[in-house]
Amino acid sequence: MTEEEIYERLNEVFQDVFDDDTIEVDDLTTADDIDDWDSLEHINLIAAVEEEFGIKFKMGEVSTMKDVGEMVDIIMSRI
Amino acid sequence: MFELEYPFDSAYIMKKRKSIKKTLLSDGSVRLKKNIAVLGGSTTNDIVTVMELFLLNMGIEPTFYQSEYAQYWQDAMFPGEELQNFNPDIVFIHTTNRNITEFPNVTDKPEEVDELLEKEFARYKQMWNAVSERFKCPIIQNNFEMPFYRLMGNKDCSDYRGRENFISRLNMKFYEYSSQTGNFYINDINYISASYGLKEWSNPLYWNMYKYALCFAAIPEFAFNTANIVKSVFGKNKKALALDLDNTLWGGVVGDDGVEHIQIGQETGVAQSYYEFQNYIKAHKDLGIMLTVCSKNDEENAIAGLNHPEGVLKPDDFIIVKANWENKDRNIANTAAELNILPEAIVFVDDNPAEREIVKAQLQGVKAPTMDGVENYIQTLDRSGFFEVTTFSEDDLKRNEMYKANVQRAAQQATFENYEDYLLSLDMNAVIDDFIPMYIQRITQLSNKSNQFNVTTKRYTTAEMEEVFASDEYIRLYGKLTDKFGDNGVVSVVIGKKDGTTLNMELWLMSCRVLKRDMELAMLDTLVEKCREQGIETIKGCYYPTAKNGMVKELYKFFGFEKISEDEEGNTVWQLNVADYTKRNNVIKVHGNGDA
Repeated sequence: MTEEEIYERLNEVFQDVFDDDTIEVDDLTTADDIDDWDSLEHINLIAAVEEEFGIKFKMGEVSTMKDVGEMVDIIMSRI
Repeated sequence: MFELEYPFDSAYIMKKRKSIKKTLLSDGSVRLKKNIAVLGGSTTNDIVTVMELFLLNMGIEPTFYQSEYAQYWQDAMFPGEELQNFNPDIVFIHTTNRNITEFPNVTDKPEEVDELLEKEFARYKQMWNAVSERFKCPIIQNNFEMPFYRLMGNKDCSDYRGRENFISRLNMKFYEYSSQTGNFYINDINYISASYGLKEWSNPLYWNMYKYALCFAAIPEFAFNTANIVKSVFGKNKKALALDLDNTLWGGVVGDDGVEHIQIGQETGVAQSYYEFQNYIKAHKDLGIMLTVCSKNDEENAIAGLNHPEGVLKPDDFIIVKANWENKDRNIANTAAELNILPEAIVFVDDNPAEREIVKAQLQGVKAPTMDGVENYIQTLDRSGFFEVTTFSEDDLKRNEMYKANVQRAAQQATFENYEDYLLSLDMNAVIDDFIPMYIQRITQLSNKSNQFNVTTKRYTTAEMEEVFASDEYIRLYGKLTDKFGDNGVVSVVIGKKDGTTLNMELWLMSCRVLKRDMELAMLDTLVEKCREQGIETIKGCYYPTAKNGMVKELYKFFGFEKISEDEEGNTVWQLNVADYTKRNNVIKVHGNGDA
């Protein structure tokens, strides 16, 4: 899977989870950029990303990811 | 909604819940509104949002109160203003083994562990008592799931110092309490977690990171299981099964293969699977679930198949057998009409996806679970929770017999020319009188599940009904009807509240199984009699329309009441001058408590 494909699929996950078709994520997107992305939705997002790519994040990673770029790096390293 | 029927795709629900909720809320269906207080010992946010979806799909629109994180005990014992004003219709206490205050130590003596057990249990009992006293509403309480590690290995389950042993004992104490207390329901997470897989369920990551006591992916299973109890308490259970025959109750096609070649009994593994399934279905009769057949077959072949000597189910077990070549949706609609229930109270069981689709498309609300492979039949039906048992009355045990008698009555009706002659021939006897304790449970159950012959659709919890029973501000009547074919049990309930010389009717309901028997007139006669005894001069009644109670729109008119108002929504108010009333029932002999 190329990085581009990952972003494409990730974008769909974001749109589903936040129920907003206008969301476009890039490597610098953070929780501040998406209205509903709070700590409660974070767990939902993580679960949906894990499901989409068939991977598991480690405990430490879940809380330290700074932006979508870091999330994609982790996904790349697992698939 | 298909996405929310068992077996559902949990990950899909978790991801799409926002759009699922929008779809459900815009489908135009009318739902019961209920307030649910969730007192959690761990995070409950996602549990609540998913439970909401399942409840909406079951016909209940919930409003939730959630404790601040892990404040379940404080909220139960010393509720804040928000909870006090919330007025819950049900309280759900979401505790897990993460909330057990103290487990035994390996160095403890038996007496010390006994004491620990009592102490832990007392904490819960105190909380339940406080909640039921304050809110007088049903309580749902989780039992405890097994611990995720076993310090003593296998001995952990049998040794008094083991956590597993301690949890099992605590669970037993919960069950004892539950069996002695009405309106208290155990949410069996011990079973659900085992069924899901305890290893995944109790993955400690979710506790340590998010303070969830179960893994994220298991939330839909958990929420569904809990929602089933809620919907059952509020009278949304299904009432009947419509069963296909070929490849559903036995293997093979009886019309093509011949009775001697269908698979049922002990001969092969497949035959045994169908045998086990027939056993499972037959056991539903005792729960009061009505069994009917809906099969594309010549009736002769269908009956021959059901008379297979190795089979469990016999023709006699079914109230109605529809074996013909009509479309199945028509047959199910007819079955519903003959049983006097709504089509949506029927679960259609058929191995053929095309038949399921057509029935679901034609009859809104009829459930048709995916029956795929006989080895999965029991699990699919069982876990769907259509018939979740919360209250269980004597009447449930007898329901199949009663409905069968109804079908016999209908057959006899055809031979009378005059309807009153027919009614007289039924030799009907009724007990109509003030409530007695023995029937409170049945009366409450009726108030929660009668939708059609029900002018106000007011629901009562057992506690509320007991309050009505204890108060002298009310005139209450229950009606129990017997005829020559059998005992119909308690079938009608009427409650009115006194206000000077006026009686304001709060509830007038009747079970549809006794429609057109003049039972409602017998009830009215007795009500008027009681009013006269107690100096009531006027009876006032309201009709509140719902999607289902159209049949009683004109009930008060039929009773001889005068309409005094009507608003835009079709709510009508009626009144009757007691002095003008003359007795209406001529066909039922009426008795009071004690002289029946």
